[in-house]
Amino acid sequence: MNLPVQTEGLTKRYGDLTAVRDLDLTVRAGEVYGFLGPNGAGKTTTLRMLLGLVRPTAGTVRLLGRPPGAGQLAQVGALIEGPAFYPYLSGRENLRVLARYAGAPAGRVPLVLDLVDLADRAGDRYAGYSLGMKQRLGVAAALLKDPRLLILDEPTNGLDPAGTADMRQLIRRLGAAGCTVLLSSHLLGEVEQVCDRVGVVSRGRLIAEGSVADLRGTAVLRVLAEPLDGAAERARDLLGADRVRVVDGALELTVEPDRAAWLNTELVRAGVAVRELRPHERDLEQVFFELIGKETADVR
Amino acid sequence: MSGSFQAELVKLVRRPAAWLLLVIALALAVLFTYVFPYAGYAAGTAGPNAARGLPALLPDQLVGNSLGGLPVFLGAIVLILGVLVVGGEYGWGTWKTVLSQGPSRLAVYAGKLLALAVATLVVVLAVFGVGAVSSVLVAAAEAQPVHWPGLGDLLTGIGAGWLIATMWAMLGVVLAVALRAVALPVGLGLVWMLAVQNLLTAIAAPLLDWVAQVQKGLPGPNAGSLAAALGASSDTPGVLATVGGGQAATVVAGYLVAFAVVGAALLRRRDID
Ligand SMILES: Nc1ncnc2c1ncn2[C@@H]1O[C@H](COP(=O)(O)OP(=O)(O)O)[C@@H](O)[C@H]1O
Ligand SMILES: [Mg+2]
Repeated sequence: MNLPVQTEGLTKRYGDLTAVRDLDLTVRAGEVYGFLGPNGAGKTTTLRMLLGLVRPTAGTVRLLGRPPGAGQLAQVGALIEGPAFYPYLSGRENLRVLARYAGAPAGRVPLVLDLVDLADRAGDRYAGYSLGMKQRLGVAAALLKDPRLLILDEPTNGLDPAGTADMRQLIRRLGAAGCTVLLSSHLLGEVEQVCDRVGVVSRGRLIAEGSVADLRGTAVLRVLAEPLDGAAERARDLLGADRVRVVDGALELTVEPDRAAWLNTELVRAGVAVRELRPHERDLEQVFFELIGKETADVR
Repeated sequence: MSGSFQAELVKLVRRPAAWLLLVIALALAVLFTYVFPYAGYAAGTAGPNAARGLPALLPDQLVGNSLGGLPVFLGAIVLILGVLVVGGEYGWGTWKTVLSQGPSRLAVYAGKLLALAVATLVVVLAVFGVGAVSSVLVAAAEAQPVHWPGLGDLLTGIGAGWLIATMWAMLGVVLAVALRAVALPVGLGLVWMLAVQNLLTAIAAPLLDWVAQVQKGLPGPNAGSLAAALGASSDTPGVLATVGGGQAATVVAGYLVAFAVVGAALLRRRDID
């Protein structure tokens, strides 16, 4: 089985600046992979190298098992850093022209226009499109070849909330239909909701990788109770001292959320009044900033 | 590659700027080759082209008259066309859009060159066409007999015109690839064609022998010599027989190939933003 995306030691330097550093990226067949990082982290540069637009300073790329060269992109669709089309052509004509370059049948054009919900404006000149329409046309172009691997670089940039929701749904649907998706974003919410696996990139390096749950870490139970000391003591007896912390006048217990009812019963039995007991997931946003902050600190 | 060629043709045909350039080229060709000289002849004014008089405006002079513009002003227009076809992709950022569809850079480039070769042939044929119509009108107005050039001369003339026009278009291509833009390559190309070439010919070459020798190897003087060899009037700017027609054709063809190859090498090597 060929991996859709596999890079080894991928590096790109621009003068003194290392935009991408020794990146080993693997995307597995059928997954929606989130490529997450702040602006300037090197996401777009990486994707450009995957597509052969930018030559790596070092390292190798394989797409669907093939090295760069003719035919590498035969089953790959991509939208890189914002849509770019011919302003004097309509959306539909732009796609027809691109289908010729791709060797895709012209019959794909109305299909992909429907997929991105652009069919009714497809006859208008591209120059008059709103940013959201341009973005959707960009995704339509990426879908022209009915790709096995879809590479989308921040596809919701410039979309309004409804457009963003539509785009997410489309990506999920494509993922469900068996298309492998590599989705880059600087927005956590975006990858959190659609991605099976996430790689976090900062300053050109992959600093963490895993499922959204992995990255977030174990959930905790947050308990508000009186007296706090008695509650903490009883909790330590029940769970072990290392699983109990007191944070901001509340208990944070590292325990599976489905044991909440049992814990409540035990605390009440020990004479503790439990005011509130709820699972508290670490905010992925917070995890993200912790990771990036640590990285930044490491570099300094 | 044929898909890329078709795509380039569609883009060119649907592009308003391409048609504007064709209209300007034809308007200039008719005005300076026929309308002004004929008006001068009719008014009896003595002027550069008027000296050649009516015979220069008749159909049997079609080949030379149609080639006269190519060393300078028609050449400048096809140079702009060459810049537009390649530079537009940089200006709009569409290289990535096209290449993401999978064709190799060289396939897209080859498609562009072929589309440009078709476009320059259309320009040259159109110039011959409007020239033919204009000269017939002059002949009719002056009650002169209509004699056409021989078919061989006509085909040679069209071929030479196509060669010169394509060479200038390739200069536009290589400038656009080198500078990754539209405006600057157009500006520099026009400065070269309209100013520097004339200054070299009019000022530097008569003073310095080595400039005169270098001139014999430059694209403009060779295009001018080729046009002159096929009957273009040396009253036209840029038309001057500095070298023989055969040598000129070879040099022009050499530049055509060199520009195309250098453009290809640059495009292949460099990153696309
Ligand atoms: N062509 C280039 N020349 C010089 N620096 C570049 C070039 N392209 C990108 N960079 C730099 O590389 C870094 C990564 O950029 P990019 O890959 O666009 O990040 P991202 O897509 O994650 O926002 C940035 O610091 C950017 O300024
Ligand atoms: Mg980016």
